[in-house]
Amino acid sequence: MIFGAIVAAGIGSRMNIGSVPKQFMLLGNKPIIIHTIEKFILCGRIDYIYIGVNRDWTVYMNDLLEKYKIDREKIFVVEGGDTRNDTIINIISAAEKEFGEDDSHVIVTHDAVRPFVTLKVIEENIDSALKYGACDTAAPAVDTIVEAKDGVRVSDIPNRKYLYQGQTPQSFNMMKLKRIYKSLSEEEKAVLTDACKIFLFGNEPVYLVEGESSNIKITTVGDYKIAQAMVNEEDIKLNKI
Amino acid sequence: MLNYIYQLVSPGMFAVKYSDEDFSKKVVIRPRYMAVCHADQRYYLGNRDAKILHKKLPMALIHECCGEVVYDGTNTFPRGQKVVLIPNVAPQMNIEGIYENYARGSKFLSSGCDGFMREFVCMSPDRVVPFEGVNMVVAAICEFVSVAVHAIGRFMRHTEKKFGTIGVWGCGSLSYVVCCCLRRLIPDAKICVVGKNRDKLSRFAFVHESYTTDDLPDGFEVDHAFECVGGEGSTYAIDDIIKYITPQGTAILMGVSENKVPINTRDILEKGLIFMGSSRSGREDFVKAVEFMEDYKFQQRLSNIITVDNAVTNIEAIHRVFSTDLKTPFKTVFEWDV
Repeated sequence: MIFGAIVAAGIGSRMNIGSVPKQFMLLGNKPIIIHTIEKFILCGRIDYIYIGVNRDWTVYMNDLLEKYKIDREKIFVVEGGDTRNDTIINIISAAEKEFGEDDSHVIVTHDAVRPFVTLKVIEENIDSALKYGACDTAAPAVDTIVEAKDGVRVSDIPNRKYLYQGQTPQSFNMMKLKRIYKSLSEEEKAVLTDACKIFLFGNEPVYLVEGESSNIKITTVGDYKIAQAMVNEEDIKLNKI
Repeated sequence: MLNYIYQLVSPGMFAVKYSDEDFSKKVVIRPRYMAVCHADQRYYLGNRDAKILHKKLPMALIHECCGEVVYDGTNTFPRGQKVVLIPNVAPQMNIEGIYENYARGSKFLSSGCDGFMREFVCMSPDRVVPFEGVNMVVAAICEFVSVAVHAIGRFMRHTEKKFGTIGVWGCGSLSYVVCCCLRRLIPDAKICVVGKNRDKLSRFAFVHESYTTDDLPDGFEVDHAFECVGGEGSTYAIDDIIKYITPQGTAILMGVSENKVPINTRDILEKGLIFMGSSRSGREDFVKAVEFMEDYKFQQRLSNIITVDNAVTNIEAIHRVFSTDLKTPFKTVFEWDV
């Protein structure tokens, strides 16, 4: 089976706007997370969609699904964990409890706050995860990346042609992901910032899926303004025709 | 759902518009294959009046398309159903005796509102025609076929005399498709194609006769005629038609011309001719076109005039397709993979 896993357990600490987690803020006429869920619903290859939400917001999430008349038939809301990876593991546990363990299960994990994801990228993730076991959506780096290990002095400027900016979805063979995660030490788990690194720690290959610059992550007030502008922009009228 | 709409913002320049769309009570189609029409090419190249361009752009191009249903809030089609899309948006009120494509208030996608260059197209179920057994590449030109079906249907309903010999002026895609449909709809008619390009005329292997415009035999005449030339050539084609058509014949005008065309009205009156304009098509024409295309022979004839360009995965590739289309003799079809 193929499971969508929309990670929405954040509480919006970086947003500093009101008290609503960022994924629940309105973008156009709907909350950001509803746009994201709708894209996953349109992917016929995904059997079930799991949404990992902070414990205090699960009722609200369910209310939103009702309000926006999202077909509940293939959607489950589960409690998120303390970290992003904990939330993914919670989703895997819930899916396995419902549908059993199976070596062929694939999980397509995605940030709730990336509502501009395209169906094409989701499908390419599924294909890649089925073929290779793990994949990461990434777009070629536009800015030069500067490394400063001590935070003061530039220690390296890696060649940009080898650098990509990580996005989501990130998709995996579900059993493999769980197995490697469980084998990691607490120190290793503590430095994980994304799920693909679990595979790298386990010396397992992760393949690239080409991302899109429009697949932005709405994390800060600036991102939110950009996203609003993308959705609400007036038609571009060029004077010189 | 946030939809990606690839709009032409000015000739030769595209930009993505992100549109928040409600699809709960719509059929959601993922476009799969598209075909370029001369009308799209005119917008892309800026070969329209500046005022028209300013009024209509930005706008997504392409009105010839087939795709797959990915969601249906109306429970009409299963997921994965292959469909052709009807670009007419019919007005609320249907007026008896007026076809949907001529009704006041009707809209046409890619002429005044966004065409099919989008991530998803959300439509009412009556704007979608399902098909099986047609190659998607060929299904992409269904709208084009439906235009020929519509024109021939009107001709058959309104002409005053036997079908006899039908002349088709033009040797491009429209002429070819009209000939394919004439063979199917009026199998007893004799079809003569008149065009300028000998190589292109050679593709019309299934018609009875074909001639270049400067090589028409003495005594050449037709009972009826379809004008499929358009543009600057319209004047000469219409003049020829009036000259070679027999009295009380019917001439169907199908070619689009940006400029006004002078017409020899004296001879139209003397011969008592019927002149009828025909443009676009409606649902019933699409249904019939799909039925025709499900026939292997018909489908193969169509595939003979299609050039398949590489898939379009980004804006750069859209430019490539329009460039390719300028070099292909007939129809250009491409996979839409955005």
